[in-house]
Amino acid sequence: MNQQAWKNFNGGSWQDKIDVRSFIQTNYKPYFGNEAFLAPATERTRGLMKKLGHLLELEREFGGVLDIDTQTVSSLTSYRPGYLDKEKEIIVGLQTDRPLKRGVNPFGGLNMTRKACEAYGYRLSEKVENEFQYRTTHNEGVFRAYSDEIKAARHCGIITGLPDAYGRGRIIGDYRRVALYGIDRLVEEKKKDKQHAAAQRMDADNVRLLEELYQQITFLGYLKDMASMYGFDISRPAENAKEAVQWLYFAYLGAIKEQNGAAMSLGRVSTFLDIYFERDFQSGLLTEPQAQEIFDDFVMKLRMARHLRTPEYNELFAGDPMWITEAVGGMGEDGRTLVTKSSYRILHTLYNLGSSAEPNLTVLWSAGLPEAFKRYAAKVSCDTDAIQYENDDVMRPVFGDDYAIACCVSAMRVGKDMQFFGARANLAKLLLMSLNGGRDEKSGVQVAPAHTPYEGEYLEYDKVLELMDVYREWLAKTYVGAMNIIHYMHDKYAYEKTQMALHDTDVHRFMAFGVAGMSVLADSLSAIKYAKVKCIRDETGLITNFETVGEYPAFGNDDDRVDSIAQEQVKLFYEALKRNPAYRNAEHTLSILTITSNVVYGKKTGATPDGRKAGAPFAPGANPMHNREKNGALAALNSVAKLSYDVCRDGISNTFSIVPQALGHEEEERYGNLTSILDGYFVQKAHHINVNVLNRETLVKAYENPECYPNLTIRVSGYAVNFHKLSKQQQLEVISRTFHEVM
Amino acid sequence: MKGIVHSFQSLGAVDGPGLRCVVFMQGCSLRCAYCHNPDTWNTSGREYRVEEIFDKVMRFRPYFGKTGGVTVSGGEPLMQWEFVAELFRRLKEAGVRTALDTAGIGDIGGARAVLLSTDLVLCDLKFSGEQDYLRYSGGDMNKVTEFLKLTETMRIPLWIRHVVVPKLTDGRDQILKIAFMARQYSNLQKLELLPFRKICISKYEQMNIPFPLRDYDACPEEKIQILYKLIEESR
Repeated sequence: MNQQAWKNFNGGSWQDKIDVRSFIQTNYKPYFGNEAFLAPATERTRGLMKKLGHLLELEREFGGVLDIDTQTVSSLTSYRPGYLDKEKEIIVGLQTDRPLKRGVNPFGGLNMTRKACEAYGYRLSEKVENEFQYRTTHNEGVFRAYSDEIKAARHCGIITGLPDAYGRGRIIGDYRRVALYGIDRLVEEKKKDKQHAAAQRMDADNVRLLEELYQQITFLGYLKDMASMYGFDISRPAENAKEAVQWLYFAYLGAIKEQNGAAMSLGRVSTFLDIYFERDFQSGLLTEPQAQEIFDDFVMKLRMARHLRTPEYNELFAGDPMWITEAVGGMGEDGRTLVTKSSYRILHTLYNLGSSAEPNLTVLWSAGLPEAFKRYAAKVSCDTDAIQYENDDVMRPVFGDDYAIACCVSAMRVGKDMQFFGARANLAKLLLMSLNGGRDEKSGVQVAPAHTPYEGEYLEYDKVLELMDVYREWLAKTYVGAMNIIHYMHDKYAYEKTQMALHDTDVHRFMAFGVAGMSVLADSLSAIKYAKVKCIRDETGLITNFETVGEYPAFGNDDDRVDSIAQEQVKLFYEALKRNPAYRNAEHTLSILTITSNVVYGKKTGATPDGRKAGAPFAPGANPMHNREKNGALAALNSVAKLSYDVCRDGISNTFSIVPQALGHEEEERYGNLTSILDGYFVQKAHHINVNVLNRETLVKAYENPECYPNLTIRVSGYAVNFHKLSKQQQLEVISRTFHEVM
Repeated sequence: MKGIVHSFQSLGAVDGPGLRCVVFMQGCSLRCAYCHNPDTWNTSGREYRVEEIFDKVMRFRPYFGKTGGVTVSGGEPLMQWEFVAELFRRLKEAGVRTALDTAGIGDIGGARAVLLSTDLVLCDLKFSGEQDYLRYSGGDMNKVTEFLKLTETMRIPLWIRHVVVPKLTDGRDQILKIAFMARQYSNLQKLELLPFRKICISKYEQMNIPFPLRDYDACPEEKIQILYKLIEESR
């Protein structure tokens, strides 16, 4: 039956079992040339993009949401087919029946859905309210089980951003499987797995698995139905490049119709798709402009993906992001590069369609990447500020060569690993709570169990560390507890049926923890160790401020005295987490990533010994604190590079902004120098970097006249964002960050 | 061997080819009207051993790639030529490319010692005539010429740099003369025109020194391109 679909492909183990990697490895064609072959946008593409641009403008004018369907609960087949322009589209499929119209998805939490509707002048319909009257949402389940302690920790902000009111996301279905195998084959395999499970000892885990497999199979059927509403039969494999893109997109579309997860990443699709494009080129079925048109159309669809969020959510995760992350490039385990012509094509959409925050294009950097590709990526960064880089040379040894990135920096093997996502703990606040015997320094409320507070007038390093050891254990236990509850309930009430159907049944699970305020903590401890820090207490004895006299080495200057403190604190926290078993035997991982929540975290944290004022923003991710880098950009990169990926397998995010003039006098010089920066940073085993090449003045102008810069894209922690979608406060914070310039 | 160092810039992309770690030496005998580092003029500051600086800059070696390296600037590095000569000797030994960013004024014997371990000289040609040189920088142009000749004799690749200040150094004849003078040197690789910028003004204010070119305008990038074209056409 697969004769047509698999014609001219090299055979291999991928034919006998579900194994996309084997298909890629036996069939892809590395590309070493430059970008000269790429085709500009066709007239059709430009016309369609103009139409989309108009809708995006309307959406902006309407306060960020164009329209909401409050009557229909989002699912794979609950909307009639929708089109941007039925006649002209090459790849079809929308989340709802009209472009940019948002559906409601109350499975994660009904309250959040209600509030989101109201925030944009809508009201959740009686119909949906009634439907959910007798249904438990993920959010309800979680709050039935939360302890008072967890609630208090959450309320004061020592743990923030827990996915307890919406879909958890960070799961990447292997959407490629639908193109390569067709739905019927995937169902067949899942049925075999189910039969196998039915024969096992019937303990609770096995019963749960059986129910999950039942749901997976059902939703694969819905996926087929959804495609047939658009006139396609995806029960069979794709037979050409256009079908491969369409099949794959349907699979992704099914996932985002079903789930409103925080990050709904795409995976690693461009080199997979390239095999289909190459075959069509060989058969004379396709020209380069046609190939680019398919990519452009596909990416246009991705740019239309939306979820309905509350304004509070957007304050935490600014810019209405979807994190449709696509990992591009990297190297194979056999030493061949995974860069293909389609790696170029997907980056080229940033020129054909204009710069954009989505999809979140992520270049997997390796010392071994072809020089031409390195240069092209650097050029794209200089021109668009829309891409990020992650170190393939540190991830490949851990995850092999068919992993992708969920959200910003979370690596996982496609279709083989999934993760339980879980926000982050505030390390700066942990320090303050440790000094205050478990009380919140902002409210004075006893959050953690009481212990003797710090007693002296001046802070002594060793005594402070001892107190932190006590409260770190408490925080880790509370945090893991909250996460276990959240993911138990998410599995129970909002299980990702479509996405998990596109995983191996025997899936490996990570539980992804995070920390915020790492550089504030490191600098604070450095101040305690190398300067003199005096405590200032209020009338109740609560330490609410500090007086710091003298200089101290700050993180971001390649100074081991403080960089080693940062390394140690991260490791200690990771080890404390691991002492608390995770739900479903998940493997603990840790990230140093704040998205844009560094502003919100800062707000919830009192003054710190490093001289940071109460409420002032943290630096994002693993970045040094703003303007404390005194030795230039590379010294700052060296400090971040010292943080070990071994204890931060969920990623270490760093955002780097430089004015074009500081990168070189001429364009080619800039590309070369940016390439050298990336090579030099990653060879030291650093994990991630966002690159912005722009002038602060541009941002100031965009802050003052947002309407003049509708497409200004900048990289923030792990993703790109349309500058105008940030809150004014976040915009100011971005402007105040260090821009590396020349004097 | 110790030297007084003003500061470091780990990411220097405009002082020599590729990415360069730039070491700014403290102290300068000139007082150029457009100087953007007045804080490097006096000779007091923190002392470093050659070894310390060597270790510090070597941390950036991963970024040097095929063309980058270390640039010593200032201040005037030739004022502390013994220190710079020793630092460069150590760097050459370790296989790191060295560049000297200088005004070309200093002890000529000292300069020779530094040049023995220098891969590239970036030398300012500040003004096209002796009188302007003296008036706007307090320096003797003959000294500069002597230094440039030495680089030629020693066959050290040379970049000549000229700061373009509108209405002061941007005249057609001035620019053509600078280009003519630069081309006299057979070791010349590049003539760079640098736009005059005024971001240093806050430094002058902090230091309570009047900025001599306060009333002059910064040089727009387009102007530089026009002048490059002028030079090109004059060949």
